[in-house]
Amino acid sequence: MATEIVSPLPGTFYRRSAPGEPAYKNEGDAVAEGDVIGLIEVMKSFHEVKATASGTIKAFLVDNEDAVMAGQPIAELD
Amino acid sequence: MAPTGKLLIANRGEIAVRIIRAAQELGLGTVQAHSKADADSLAVRLADEAVDIGPPMAAKSYLKIEAILEAARATGASAVHPGYGFLAENAGFADAVEAAGLAWIGPSGAAIRLMGDKVAARGAAQAAGVPVVPGSDGHVASLDAARPVVARTGFPVMIKAAAGGGGRGIRIVRDEAEFERLLPQASAEALAAFGDGGLYIEKLVERARHVEVQILGDGDRVVHLYERECSLQRRRQKVWEEAPSPALPPDVRAALCASAVALAAAVNYRGAGTLEYLYDDTSRAFYFIEMNTRIQVEHPVTEMVTGLDLVREQIRVCLGAKLRWRQEDIALRGHAIEVRLNAEDPAADFRPHPGTITGLRTPGGPGVRFDTMLYAGYTVPPFYDSLLGKLIVWDEDRTTAIARLRRALGELEIEGVPTTKALHLALAADPEVAAGRFDTTWLERWLETNAARLGVVKEAVG
Repeated sequence: MATEIVSPLPGTFYRRSAPGEPAYKNEGDAVAEGDVIGLIEVMKSFHEVKATASGTIKAFLVDNEDAVMAGQPIAELD
Repeated sequence: MAPTGKLLIANRGEIAVRIIRAAQELGLGTVQAHSKADADSLAVRLADEAVDIGPPMAAKSYLKIEAILEAARATGASAVHPGYGFLAENAGFADAVEAAGLAWIGPSGAAIRLMGDKVAARGAAQAAGVPVVPGSDGHVASLDAARPVVARTGFPVMIKAAAGGGGRGIRIVRDEAEFERLLPQASAEALAAFGDGGLYIEKLVERARHVEVQILGDGDRVVHLYERECSLQRRRQKVWEEAPSPALPPDVRAALCASAVALAAAVNYRGAGTLEYLYDDTSRAFYFIEMNTRIQVEHPVTEMVTGLDLVREQIRVCLGAKLRWRQEDIALRGHAIEVRLNAEDPAADFRPHPGTITGLRTPGGPGVRFDTMLYAGYTVPPFYDSLLGKLIVWDEDRTTAIARLRRALGELEIEGVPTTKALHLALAADPEVAAGRFDTTWLERWLETNAARLGVVKEAVG
């Protein structure tokens, strides 16, 4: 069953820890519950987005550097 | 002669509002450059004109030099004010503004470059006779080069990676054995992390206070507007600032302020600037650490104790006017305190929280000033810093100023987002704060025992 990982905060979504670093996770990667899949920058502070379940990343639903709302789905898990 | 023209504000938030107010009083036209996230901001509403310079992310708007210069061209602006943060201390931006034929409200690109370089700024300070933190005068990369430095400074010292910054690559060493062991290790690590094994060695001034001197120059002459003390900090962010410092004896104040004028005059400084120092109140020694070549967040406390308008004068001198004040015209009167109201929850590790302001009651009465970009119904965007406003109070002395601060904080109500008001109420009631007994590490130690009781009123949070 598909599960969605939602953003805990409003802000800007990042797929990598710093420009030039590899993405935390790519589509098709396996994730365990608690794995970091990205960062949310809110008011110049950074917060990790963690997988809320285990599975495989089917798709990212927002792009790197996109603005997100709290509760907005960020990735879909299979 | 009254200044003329049109000022473009390349910043946002409360400082954009502050700059618009000064420009309007001078009779200048105002253009607010704003990102898409700030189209509804108070600054946009107050300015004569507004120009969209790009998407919410600062890198694509407030930090985008070409977009700002294009906005200036399109609106026929004749001057650019950078505020603080963003591009305010970017020498390349200062040069680009002037190359485009616009007036830059700040010091020359050359002065920004000089003061932005740690080694060059330290050298300029020493040449002007300003005390600096004892340490190495340049890079050291070996134990043989470093031993004579610590023989001079004594322990403890900080070993800093020359290529580091923002606290990265710093080690504190308390004795010689530790020094002999850690210096080669620090150099190897700096080489691996930054591609440069160069190190600085600096004496660690423990239990230091942060004091800073406000100066203003017209390119020929420099005056000071006394000092501010900003020792109450959390994670190196100032939380509470005051003027004058409660710790400085008059003779130290005079020497400190004279040293700031000497250094600023040595670089033919133009505009408003701040020289930051560490002050050790047991030895009464002060040490220059750096210069900020812009207006600062906490400038209002200086305005309150001198009765002068810093932003207005900064604009005037950067448009070519000469300073209107002699040093003896600038007097210190009473005491002022500023507290920063941030959209952060002090009971939840200061987690920032954007949102919509559902209600706002601003404080008033004698000696009270509230610099803010808030209005009821405004939505604080998540893309920028969490500063909502600055509450500034002035009174005849420090004790009455603290009482007035408590009274004004009681009047202030910001609904819809958590704020740091509870922190400031607790600090304003604290006996150590009342006695002025603190250093730059005091607040973090205080928060370890007191943060839990700084809960915000939960039902007010959207």
